[in-house]
Amino acid sequence: MAEPILEVLDLKVYFSVKKGIFSSTKSLVRAVDGVTFSMKEGDILTIVGESGCGKTTLGKAVAGLVKPSSGKILFYGKDIYSMDKKEYMNYRRNVQMIHQDPYASLNPVKTVYKILSTPLLRWGIVSGEEEARRRALDLLEIVGLTPPDYFINKYPHQLSGGQRQRLIVARAISVEPKIIVADEPITMIDVSLRLGILDLLLDLRKKMGLTVIFITHDFGAARYFSAKGGGDIAVMYLGKIVEKGPAESVIQEPLHPYTKTLIAAVPEPDPKYSRTKERIRLRSLDIPSPINPPPGCRFHTRCPLYMEVCSEREPPLVQLTNDREVSCFLYTEFSEKKA
Amino acid sequence: MPETLIAIDDLVVEYFTLRGPLRAVDSASLTINQGEILGIVGESGSGKSTLAQAVLRILPPQARIVRGSITYRGRDLAKMSEGELKKIRWKEISMVPQAALNALNPTLRIRDHFIETAKAHGVADKRGVIEKASELLEQVRLDPKRVLSSYPHELSGGMKQRVLIALSLLLDPQIVILDEPTTALDVLTQRFILDLLKELKERLGITMVFITHDIAVIADIADRVAVMYAGQVVEVGNVFDVFYEPLHPYTRLLIKSVPGLKGDIEDMRPIPGSPPDMFNPPEGCRFHPRCPWKFEPCDRFDPSLVKLGDGRIVSCHLYTDKRAG
Repeated sequence: MAEPILEVLDLKVYFSVKKGIFSSTKSLVRAVDGVTFSMKEGDILTIVGESGCGKTTLGKAVAGLVKPSSGKILFYGKDIYSMDKKEYMNYRRNVQMIHQDPYASLNPVKTVYKILSTPLLRWGIVSGEEEARRRALDLLEIVGLTPPDYFINKYPHQLSGGQRQRLIVARAISVEPKIIVADEPITMIDVSLRLGILDLLLDLRKKMGLTVIFITHDFGAARYFSAKGGGDIAVMYLGKIVEKGPAESVIQEPLHPYTKTLIAAVPEPDPKYSRTKERIRLRSLDIPSPINPPPGCRFHTRCPLYMEVCSEREPPLVQLTNDREVSCFLYTEFSEKKA
Repeated sequence: MPETLIAIDDLVVEYFTLRGPLRAVDSASLTINQGEILGIVGESGSGKSTLAQAVLRILPPQARIVRGSITYRGRDLAKMSEGELKKIRWKEISMVPQAALNALNPTLRIRDHFIETAKAHGVADKRGVIEKASELLEQVRLDPKRVLSSYPHELSGGMKQRVLIALSLLLDPQIVILDEPTTALDVLTQRFILDLLKELKERLGITMVFITHDIAVIADIADRVAVMYAGQVVEVGNVFDVFYEPLHPYTRLLIKSVPGLKGDIEDMRPIPGSPPDMFNPPEGCRFHPRCPWKFEPCDRFDPSLVKLGDGRIVSCHLYTDKRAG
């Protein structure tokens, strides 16, 4: 068994927010509330969930951009918050994040060459400007911005949304990271180009052996990316993973009532199928606030299959089969007293 | 034959910008028929929102209708005076604008939004308006008592969107234009709104124009579909025909570029190339630089609209007999 490259153990990220502009009392937003998973080199994990479920915060915590309130992140078995400065900087270089907005992630006064050469020179990956230029041209070729000579002296505003996102991918891989965290990388890109960006990430993962965490609200994109790359999908709800497993298995045979409800609700690019999909009615349409999540199972206020135990105790995330995990009392013996 | 409510013919809308004129809608022809949900689908910059704004003549100040007509009840909306348009807007044709979640005034209670809207269109009977508003809020499954006295920030995104739908129905319009009404919403709220709109259409017999970039949403809700690319309407037809037998190469490829939850992943792929720079669109067919079926006339001649029976319209040289050149 290969050693995991990344382990996330009972990770919690809480933010404190003021209750009102003039109020001094603070409340806690439990953005990520006890998440555990591990990945081996080259693994793909798609984290899918609605807005406010904590998926972006989880991604930022893994990339070292947000400090967890508790729990551990291990990189090759080593806790990143007990690393010395040099080790930690090495970790940060090895985990690169791609953000949602390709318009806000690039400095508008820098040319493509500047954008790509800065990290190359800073991390000492190249020895000088001349090598940086050669390497930048290679990177443009790799991400499909061809011919590279055409793009190297352009400014971000001269590129389309899709081209910018490719440039951001080039910048992320320029420092030769081991892990890419891509947070909604296709949401702001033209529909017809979205799969091209996902294909690029899959291609780079194959060529460079990258480990990829893809964060999205779009089940179709989640399925495409994880199924094509042979990876997993984890579904998040109010700060927790409620279900995890191989992509096609989660999409075609969802276990958790939340996943089932979402999958039934997604419109499909096939009119007959989309109109005849079975509807699942929720008990409530509104997502509870992560400031004061419901006790027990967080989904119990909306769950069509609610049982009494669901509001009393929290279902653990259990390994149901070899590769499927689910957190729901429908699949757990709840007679035995669990903490 | 369904009755045509609005006939858009050869419509051209240009924006005047510092970089010069930009033709956002180019020679678009389309009908809106009684009792249907017409879906207009296109990527950003395809002109779909501009087309809708032109119908109500609520274009931004730098945009202008350069050519063409929009016939509604025998009269041309494109040439109508502001005074006459006021009698039609909201009362006969209303709109739920894009980014509608920010369209409500944060300092006004929801009840005042209804009262102000009615007043702006010459209805002063406050009690009658509130009665009607309560009825409409119930139709969109909101609790009128609670919602009417709320401020916008007290409502969730899905609730605000439902308030805006209720507001658009206040003066019993015949046609409602919805511009990306579910784009900012979560999957479950989107599903609720889509089912609600279908139900409202059946119950109230209204005609809807549903504008979106999301072809899966169109497959779910539309009766008829118009596909736009680079300012032009490239294909029109019944939703089942367009999805199961797409004619225009762009439509064929667009359907395959949206990943669904069933179907073979190997069949899904992006469209090569990028959408054109609208300041400098390609000669001939706008789609030819990305089209795998392109042949001699495509980069030189604009394809004309070909009518193919069953209300199908396509603008592509593959379907024109006169292969010029």
